[in-house]
Amino acid sequence: MESFIQLLVSGLATGAIYALIAVGFSLLWQTSHTINFAQGEFVMLPAFFILAVMNAGAPFWLAALIGIVLSVIVLGLLFKVVIVDPMLKYGVLPLVISTIALSLFLKEAAKDFYSSQAQPFPTLVPATDLAVFGAVVSTQSLAVLAVAITTVVALHLLLHKTRLGRSMQATAQNPTLAKILGIQVERMVLYTFLLNAVLVAIASILITPIYLAKFTNGEVLGMAAFLAAIIGGFNQVRGAILGGLILGVLDNLSAVYLSSQYRGAFPLLILIAVILLRPHGLLGRAEERTV
Amino acid sequence: MNRFGAIALGAAAIVAIVAPFFLRRYGIYLISMWAVLTIAAIGLNLTLGYAGQVSLAQGAFVGIGAYTVALLTQAGWPYPVAFVCAGALCFAIGWLLGYPALRVQHHYLAFVTLAFTTLVFLVLRNEEWLTNGIYGINGIDRPVLFGWSTGSALDFYFFCLGMLAFLSATTWWMLRSPWGRAFLALRENPIRALSLGLDTRRYTLMAFAIGSSLGGMAGALYAPLVQFIEPNSFALGLSFNLLLMVIVGGSGFFFGPFVGALVAVLLPEWTRFTEGYYLLIYAALVMVMMAFCPSGLLGLVGRVSKAMTRRAPSPPLLRVEGTDP
Amino acid sequence: MARLGLLASVIAAGFSLISPALAQSTVTIPAILELSGAGAVSGTNFRDGMLMAIEEINAKGGILGRKINNQLLDTQSDAGISRAQVQKVLDNDPHVILGPVFSGSVLVSMLLTQQAQIPQIVGGEAAAITQKGHPSIFRTSFGQQFSMPKIANYIRDGIKAKTVAVLWVNNDFGKGGRDNFNKEMAARNIKVVADVSTESGQADFSADVVKIKSANADAIFVYTNEEESARFLREAKKQGIRAPLIGETTLLGQKVIELAGEAANGVRGHVGLTVDAPIPAVKEFADRFKRRFNYVCDHNGIKGYTAVYFIKHVTEKVGKFDSKAFAAAAHGITISPQQEPNILMEASWDKNGDIDRDSFLGEVVNGQQKIVEILPKLGK
Repeated sequence: MESFIQLLVSGLATGAIYALIAVGFSLLWQTSHTINFAQGEFVMLPAFFILAVMNAGAPFWLAALIGIVLSVIVLGLLFKVVIVDPMLKYGVLPLVISTIALSLFLKEAAKDFYSSQAQPFPTLVPATDLAVFGAVVSTQSLAVLAVAITTVVALHLLLHKTRLGRSMQATAQNPTLAKILGIQVERMVLYTFLLNAVLVAIASILITPIYLAKFTNGEVLGMAAFLAAIIGGFNQVRGAILGGLILGVLDNLSAVYLSSQYRGAFPLLILIAVILLRPHGLLGRAEERTV
Repeated sequence: MNRFGAIALGAAAIVAIVAPFFLRRYGIYLISMWAVLTIAAIGLNLTLGYAGQVSLAQGAFVGIGAYTVALLTQAGWPYPVAFVCAGALCFAIGWLLGYPALRVQHHYLAFVTLAFTTLVFLVLRNEEWLTNGIYGINGIDRPVLFGWSTGSALDFYFFCLGMLAFLSATTWWMLRSPWGRAFLALRENPIRALSLGLDTRRYTLMAFAIGSSLGGMAGALYAPLVQFIEPNSFALGLSFNLLLMVIVGGSGFFFGPFVGALVAVLLPEWTRFTEGYYLLIYAALVMVMMAFCPSGLLGLVGRVSKAMTRRAPSPPLLRVEGTDP
Repeated sequence: MARLGLLASVIAAGFSLISPALAQSTVTIPAILELSGAGAVSGTNFRDGMLMAIEEINAKGGILGRKINNQLLDTQSDAGISRAQVQKVLDNDPHVILGPVFSGSVLVSMLLTQQAQIPQIVGGEAAAITQKGHPSIFRTSFGQQFSMPKIANYIRDGIKAKTVAVLWVNNDFGKGGRDNFNKEMAARNIKVVADVSTESGQADFSADVVKIKSANADAIFVYTNEEESARFLREAKKQGIRAPLIGETTLLGQKVIELAGEAANGVRGHVGLTVDAPIPAVKEFADRFKRRFNYVCDHNGIKGYTAVYFIKHVTEKVGKFDSKAFAAAAHGITISPQQEPNILMEASWDKNGDIDRDSFLGEVVNGQQKIVEILPKLGK
């Protein structure tokens, strides 16, 4: 029983990370129909920004702030203006191809311009361990959970309680109508991209102490983001969060109670089942299809 | 096809036949690889360019075809039989996969096929009793066909080229048959086609299955070409590569895959002088290309020259401004 | 027009594939390595060790008066591309070929180098490589068929364990090691009570530690790559694993200690190649490497470095650049540091191309790797 709790707790901690990444992914899809195949690399990159700034001599807290700002500029603004905008008028497919190429580009850039070796990364909280219900969890994992929950709550408040948030939601649901109503659709879309950049930067700062800064981090994290977002529900932020948590726990449980060689298979099978049987995910609203 | 196109095609064919005599073994190996990848890309083009379905499963089908041929030939079966088995098996699996999967919207299909490819990789890696697992299958012989040994680089290249010619001619003929014409009509205007009584799903499924089968046949050639196969070669990376080939060449154009595969095989060569930065340059070039000619190289050529090359209309996913319908 | 484009591309391709003629005052020793993809860490380490050796040798005038012309090719950790690169290199009649490191790529390249009868010095550790009957394959690190018995003996005699749990990474390196290890355990009547596979690049080891903990083995054998080892060690410490953790260089190395911190203390194992060996020549090499490249090299760096000096010594012994004579001279040769200081440790090569050399039993104490025992060559 003790092992089960351990798995649950560790799974929730990992799942919280997946949730953070999946939320941004969902938001981008909802507001601008962008499937960002480079989302995993978006999480990998800010850690390298921060390491580079620290190599130039800055203390960690300053480097982290600069890293977030750089992320917002590069992964938010530049991404939207240089890559997404020119492609959107051509449809979804060229954008998908572009983001696939972008993920390759970012990965190679990190490897060539920084290092192919894994780099240690400083933690936000000192790494000690606590006993919770008989299971051992590190303070890092608790910090991740705490930050993830805070972020989700803040996001919820933003989207539902502020004018800005409601405008963003309106843009996501029906851009034409939103425009008629006087909402500056273009600006709302931009805000979504910037928001995603902030989320991935935060996720990066939280995960990299555990994962170590490595150019291949994006592969696993990106896949986890897609799985979490789809299983939970592509068109709801809550869905992404639930999807992330389920994924984290499921991965751990399947590794222990089922086969370890096939541990990667179970989330995939669930993904296929969800898409075929309930494409809008566990929490999503059913999307109407226009002819 | 107009006269200009026919002349160009003839010239290309002559080059394809004559070029290997000026190349050394490495060059011949590269163009053999080009021929094999083109076959897989033609399959994906059917699914993607003509049927408008985003499939990330083509790499897995190439893998299934390669393993089928490797295992069967090493068990003593004759190569032609193994080749046909590879194609048939992939057709069947494509049909079974497509049946439920094509009911979902386009972007969901990408994820389903992504999951499928990873699952196939896991099976190939873990089922050691069947596939020799992560160690791969080594020492695959090149086939001896009706007394002709394809062991040398040149001979095997002509074998690949011959298969490419045969399979693309078959595909061309298929697209011009009544079935093919209904299929193209369907993509041009699905609502109208439905109103005329065509079963959209049946046609799309057929295209997906045929495309998968072509992937399997490409795999059947890949195995004796490289003479060593392992699960890693057929994972998502290959699927992405094939997708890039089809898009870069021109999705929906019949000769798009040929051009796309050529770029994919040659671009690393041309950028190799940059000593390790070439993947970076390749990715950057693809992004630039997507920004300026998202209908691919043939689309660009079509727009620039206005030559009426025979091509399928753009798929619904690609709305290129300013082109003729 | 599209077809003309096709035509032009093919012609251009033809030109790009015709290679330039080589000057007589250099000798070409190409290296085919994993510089991108899953094997990038191993390949780049091997490359850097090799480059340092080549710089040193060229500064002193090269081999038999000819400077080394080193061509570097990337396999992208893919077998199909490996084969293409080997083919490309063989078209230019090299003297000797270095690499690859990944066993899959090694096996596919061996098919070609055997036909061409060019010697090949690889970084792969799979047992199969030297068992295929290739007349001129060599390596500068232990095959798994030699390192596993040493570890197995240590587990039986040093730890006196009756049961063992195995944690391994699911790639050709990890699986090969695990297969050989299990065989050795069976031969010594030690029961494998848990056999846990992990993925390359895995970051979350909580499930694996839970499984191992509940198996309650006397010892735990860990065979993953350096980064995964570090993450595993942290998780193991967190969950309070008590049984001794045994491994190879990929568990005890400097890099793992750096990444795992305190969690690495108490780890023991067998190290064949390590920058921490108590041998002055090795320590000097490690310092030079660190100064030149700014990071601590792993065992692949030493493989690359010693491979180049191996080539130099054997070629000079033969007296000319003859690939067939190279193979003949290299089988059965012993090179000692007196003859060639940069071979770092005395080594012998058998008729299959496998290396025999001293190795070490080590333990991590207070963040440093300490050598507890020196295990002599098998052939002495």
